[in-house]
Amino acid sequence: MSAAEVVEREPAVAGPEAPAGLLSRMVANIRTGNLGIVPIVVGQLFIVVFFGLTATNFFTAVNFGNIIIQMAGTTMLAFGVVFVLLLGEIDLSIGYVAGIGALTVAELQLPGSGHDISGLLAMPIAIAVCALIGLLQGSIVALVGVPSFVVTLAGFLVWQGVILGRLEVPGSIIIQDRWINYTANYYFSPLAGWLVAASITGLYMLIVLVPLLTAAGRQVDARTWLRTAAKVAGLGIAAFGTVAICNHGVVESRRLGLPLPAVLMVIVLVVLTFLAKRTTFGRHVYAVGGNAEAARRAGINVARIRVIVFMISGATAALGGIILAAFVNSVALTFPPGTLLLNSIAAAVIGGVSLFGGRGDVRGALLGALVIATVANGLDTAGYSDGTIYIVTGLILLFAVTLDTVARRLQVRSGR
Amino acid sequence: MTDSSTPLLELRNVTKTFGSVQALTDVDFEVRRGEVMALVGDNGAGKSTLVKCVAGTHAADGGDILFEGEHVHIHGPKDAARLGIEVVYQDLALCDNLNVVQNMYLGRELNRAQILNEPGMEQRTAETLKSLAVTTIPSIRRPVATLSGGQRQSVAVAKAVQWNSKLVILDEPTAALGVAQTEQVLALVRRLGEQGLAVIIISHNLHDVFETATRITVLRLGRNVGVFERTTTSQQEVVAAITAGVPTKVSGIPKTAGTSA
Repeated sequence: MSAAEVVEREPAVAGPEAPAGLLSRMVANIRTGNLGIVPIVVGQLFIVVFFGLTATNFFTAVNFGNIIIQMAGTTMLAFGVVFVLLLGEIDLSIGYVAGIGALTVAELQLPGSGHDISGLLAMPIAIAVCALIGLLQGSIVALVGVPSFVVTLAGFLVWQGVILGRLEVPGSIIIQDRWINYTANYYFSPLAGWLVAASITGLYMLIVLVPLLTAAGRQVDARTWLRTAAKVAGLGIAAFGTVAICNHGVVESRRLGLPLPAVLMVIVLVVLTFLAKRTTFGRHVYAVGGNAEAARRAGINVARIRVIVFMISGATAALGGIILAAFVNSVALTFPPGTLLLNSIAAAVIGGVSLFGGRGDVRGALLGALVIATVANGLDTAGYSDGTIYIVTGLILLFAVTLDTVARRLQVRSGR
Repeated sequence: MTDSSTPLLELRNVTKTFGSVQALTDVDFEVRRGEVMALVGDNGAGKSTLVKCVAGTHAADGGDILFEGEHVHIHGPKDAARLGIEVVYQDLALCDNLNVVQNMYLGRELNRAQILNEPGMEQRTAETLKSLAVTTIPSIRRPVATLSGGQRQSVAVAKAVQWNSKLVILDEPTAALGVAQTEQVLALVRRLGEQGLAVIIISHNLHDVFETATRITVLRLGRNVGVFERTTTSQQEVVAAITAGVPTKVSGIPKTAGTSA
């Protein structure tokens, strides 16, 4: 009887449920295995404070900008990894697909090669090439039924071979196109930075307010408004705070500002979050990852979803590869960095994306990559070797997955 | 009167073979609007095969299928869905990670230009559940993984019902449920019949059958044994039919226990 009233009182507004209070909601979430972003935000704060106190050059405006640039490549790849993991699949090829993306732009812009195309055109071409690689690999997974681990492991070797083959003689290709190099090295002027922060905050406000305002006839309770206001305020503080710090960066009397990679990450984050949460495609990705058989019975074209996800993975890998190459203005035999693939997957997993499929958010990739980049940067500025960085990153990954596994077991238990 | 005298679904002399195995032999079957028809029989009696012929999973080798008095050919699940036939499978076709609303609209999301209409789906889910008096679900925004077996089965049934379906087929809907949860689902099945839907319930559990069904069709070794009115039969009679029933002759509409003999 009372349960019927609960169903009736359900606020008919897009967004999460609003039970008794924030605290009880958090307790309920933790009890059901939905840890959200709380552990990772707490962890990140702890890491920042720790290095702020122990590493001398860590807590500076310049280093703040450095972390953003250093995390950008990994973040882009991790965005794609989120979609692949949501399906319960894996893509091991993305490291070298990123390399193919970088090689493609480098080749296309190469002066004196007869096809020195502008970077503005070369970059979309590279992204399309890598999406096609995703289409090929995804089709083999979805239509033939070869496990994604095997298909993408083959891709790992094949694309590595292609890169080595092309760069064997020159050793490296220098990227001179300014548009390509801007993706890692452009800084907004202070004023432009403020405008970016303002427009990001404004857009976000629009996105979260429109569903509330168009909930015509249905009452939106005060708590929902309060929560929305808190979200907007939180994002505003993050955006303006980032710009404020970046605008203080000065290197050799040259004033830095908000780096372009920060904006690129936000754009891709927004686009992919929209895709995952607000479109039928995104809904079907979660459904296939949760129960592929149920999705198939519900009439969802499971193969099509799988193929598109691998295309997204290829496209984001290309984006990441371009930024990483632009950072060093070249593509060399050592490209991409050996840690790129595993760091990208680790970023998504640390960000709360389940390896078992069906659970996680796009923003998790950004948060996870931020943790990895901060740890690497902090240990580096504190004078530790690469070996230490690997060990610490590995332990954080292990800790994050352990947390996920425990949370999952709690969820199963509370379900029965 | 005329409306209820024409069965919603009628099968005449349906035959199905798998290689050398004769799964169904000249089986007759019918279900009317507002009726819960139980389909019972021992393992291998052909219950699942019969239902799969109706759901479009298998194509019948011979015989006629009439829906609303007209001959139909069901070649796939989509044909069945177009006629208004929905099946709730034993193993719960729900995505655990999605919430109730998302599961209810899985594969048929309300959208404008591929962008989800979340408030619309939420509102209509609440209305559907209310109309079925499914009152035990704490929140339709919770992942179904957090629901009990009975609640999950209720969601699966509600999902099948909400698409203006005329015939709902339930395959062992209480197989994995406890006592209280079973009652909850059985009450829901009865309500479906009261709301004018035709319901076919497959069950091994005669308690469930006598709790819900208006009539009971018994199959044995792929043949008709009889159709019983719930009110005029006993569990012993049905058990006898299941275990040792003599097949009735092939042709003609199955006679109800009341009219036969």
